[in-house]
Amino acid sequence: MGWRKPMEQLDEQYLVSEGTSLADVTEIVSKVTEQKAPRLWWILFGISTAVTGILGLTIAYLLWTGIGIWGNNSPVAWAWDITNFVWWIGIGHAGTLISAVLYLFRQYWRTAINRFSEAMTIFAVICALMFPTIHAGRPWFLYFSLPIPNQMNMWPNFKSPLLWDVFAVSTYFTVSLLFWYVGLVPDFATLRDRATNKIRKWAYGFVALGWRGSNRHWSNYERAYLILAALSTPLVLSVHSVVSFDFATSVEPGWHTTIFPPYFVAGAVFSGFAMVMTLLIIARTVYGMHDLIRIRHLELMNKIMLTTGSLVGYAYAMEFFIAWYSGNPYERFVFINRAMGDYWWAYWSMITCNVISPQFFWFKKLRTNIPFMFVISIVINVGMWFERFVIIVTSLHHDYLPSAWGNFSPTVFDVLTYCGSLGLFFTAFLLFLRWFPMIAIAEVKMVMPQADPHLGHHGHDDHDEDEDAMTAEPAMAEE
Amino acid sequence: MQIFPKSLNLLPLVAALGVAVGGGIATFVVVYYFSPRFLYVGYEPEQPVPYSHRLHAGQLGMDCRYCHANVERSFEAMVPPTQTCMGCHAQIRTESARLQPVRDSWTSGEPVEWVRIHNVPDHVFFDHSVHLSAGVGCATCHGRVDRMEVVAQAEPLSMSWCLDCHRDPEPYLRPTSRITDMDWTPEDATEAERTEMVALLDRATPPENCSGCHR
Repeated sequence: MGWRKPMEQLDEQYLVSEGTSLADVTEIVSKVTEQKAPRLWWILFGISTAVTGILGLTIAYLLWTGIGIWGNNSPVAWAWDITNFVWWIGIGHAGTLISAVLYLFRQYWRTAINRFSEAMTIFAVICALMFPTIHAGRPWFLYFSLPIPNQMNMWPNFKSPLLWDVFAVSTYFTVSLLFWYVGLVPDFATLRDRATNKIRKWAYGFVALGWRGSNRHWSNYERAYLILAALSTPLVLSVHSVVSFDFATSVEPGWHTTIFPPYFVAGAVFSGFAMVMTLLIIARTVYGMHDLIRIRHLELMNKIMLTTGSLVGYAYAMEFFIAWYSGNPYERFVFINRAMGDYWWAYWSMITCNVISPQFFWFKKLRTNIPFMFVISIVINVGMWFERFVIIVTSLHHDYLPSAWGNFSPTVFDVLTYCGSLGLFFTAFLLFLRWFPMIAIAEVKMVMPQADPHLGHHGHDDHDEDEDAMTAEPAMAEE
Repeated sequence: MQIFPKSLNLLPLVAALGVAVGGGIATFVVVYYFSPRFLYVGYEPEQPVPYSHRLHAGQLGMDCRYCHANVERSFEAMVPPTQTCMGCHAQIRTESARLQPVRDSWTSGEPVEWVRIHNVPDHVFFDHSVHLSAGVGCATCHGRVDRMEVVAQAEPLSMSWCLDCHRDPEPYLRPTSRITDMDWTPEDATEAERTEMVALLDRATPPENCSGCHR
């Protein structure tokens, strides 16, 4: 494992605190699921389940009455619901990016946060999928969107980007779920082996799929993980590109733009990292994970947010430039209307939160300051919500004919559905924290100094064989 | 330390087989038993009056349009009012016990509550007049009503069934003079009728888009 060697030369540190042993890692992560949940967990869980209950009631009322209870109406037929869908699906991007792309690029700091972000991805995609489902008004007809032979001779329209979206998002969900689960298997086995009562033993034993940690198990595991990483990497780019096609393939000024796919992907990674950061800081503080999730992890994440935030800022600027450069009066109007029309406040909130706020991360002092980055991470998520709102509502409300213009204002049910989806997300996430190993135990161990066979073995190539044997012996005796 | 018996190793195989077999059965059940062909074809409710189409349309040879008088002019073929029945039955079989509900309706003014057989969902706009002028005969959709003692649904009236004809109307068209002729088959067509059928097919542009039938 040559990659570990130059660490000292690079003046870098290991990814866990000094003195943390392999057993400590297992203990820190496993005990969360074994001990009683802290009071704060119960408080948060109570709030989020209550909010999820409100979501259930809202949806029941929605299905009973119809989507007229929302503020959507011609010309703004897509509003908060689609905004929320894109927002959630964007948040769900950090999971695959961290687990697949960073894995393939050998970014070992990902091990401390990948479990988290994958879980977050799953829950975010569930929340995202909810919105188009209920937006369609009659969810029991959702099978219309799948190529199932039926008595109506009805077949999905493969020319429609909305259909591509169905496939893109469901593929993404499936692959993310598999990836998450494969990574969990060795850790479930750890929890099974530590279990003291029968139910835990059975439950974790069942999901651990008979994992014994044999050499063959590990080699299969590593291979499966690599294959899944390779499968999910294109998905990081494809899913949000396809989501952007929902807009970009239409002829709506403000939507019909070639920059949309990369711009959406950058925004998705941006918001995903921000959400991981928010959750990570809470969990790290509540459960005392400081030894495994160090400032360095957080700092690296902030750097990614700085990068993607700047990319998003570039895209905003480029949209304006192209609107002017195209010479298309409708396109020009839409962009001027965004910044100075009825929804100017949404546009400038978006600019402030997404473009300006991450620029603070140029300063090392600020990007290593936990309360500061916590606030910024929330600000970014607010900004990314506004981005989608701006794209959807400001493009629709004033497009071509002034006679067809209109404004949008949300109803109380728009607000309740949105807040409810947050409740659903946090309920799932809190359950995950309670019952699942929230950090990938096995993977963290792989990047610890103890996993390095050459640990404490200074100066390598100039040693002759005798000296090697001499230094190795005492170490073995100690064990 | 063994938590589960060794036989549990079979679980993935059994689960996969279960999903495959169960999925196959579920698919068959839905495709076959939930289909309009299974659910609706042969629907033969009891009517308030034991009216025989076989007698009236078959043996007596009455034209369908004598009772279903609006069929060429409107969406609905129209169920005849009591007055139409009484047009004959004020003179014929005036004492028949089986016609008692019709006479009651005649005196009270309350219509006879016939049970509707051929029904399409509310969001389907089916227009009889358009189909008749295009050359679709009664028997094409309703079957040999002239041979039915009690009318039963002959065709599934499902969307795919409609589309079969909308996508390829040729085998289902007939000369407009033969619309109500239950016995007619394309082999019976005369030279003049064949010419008319070619013209009808030329004119036929059945919609295949959603709003053709759903509005």
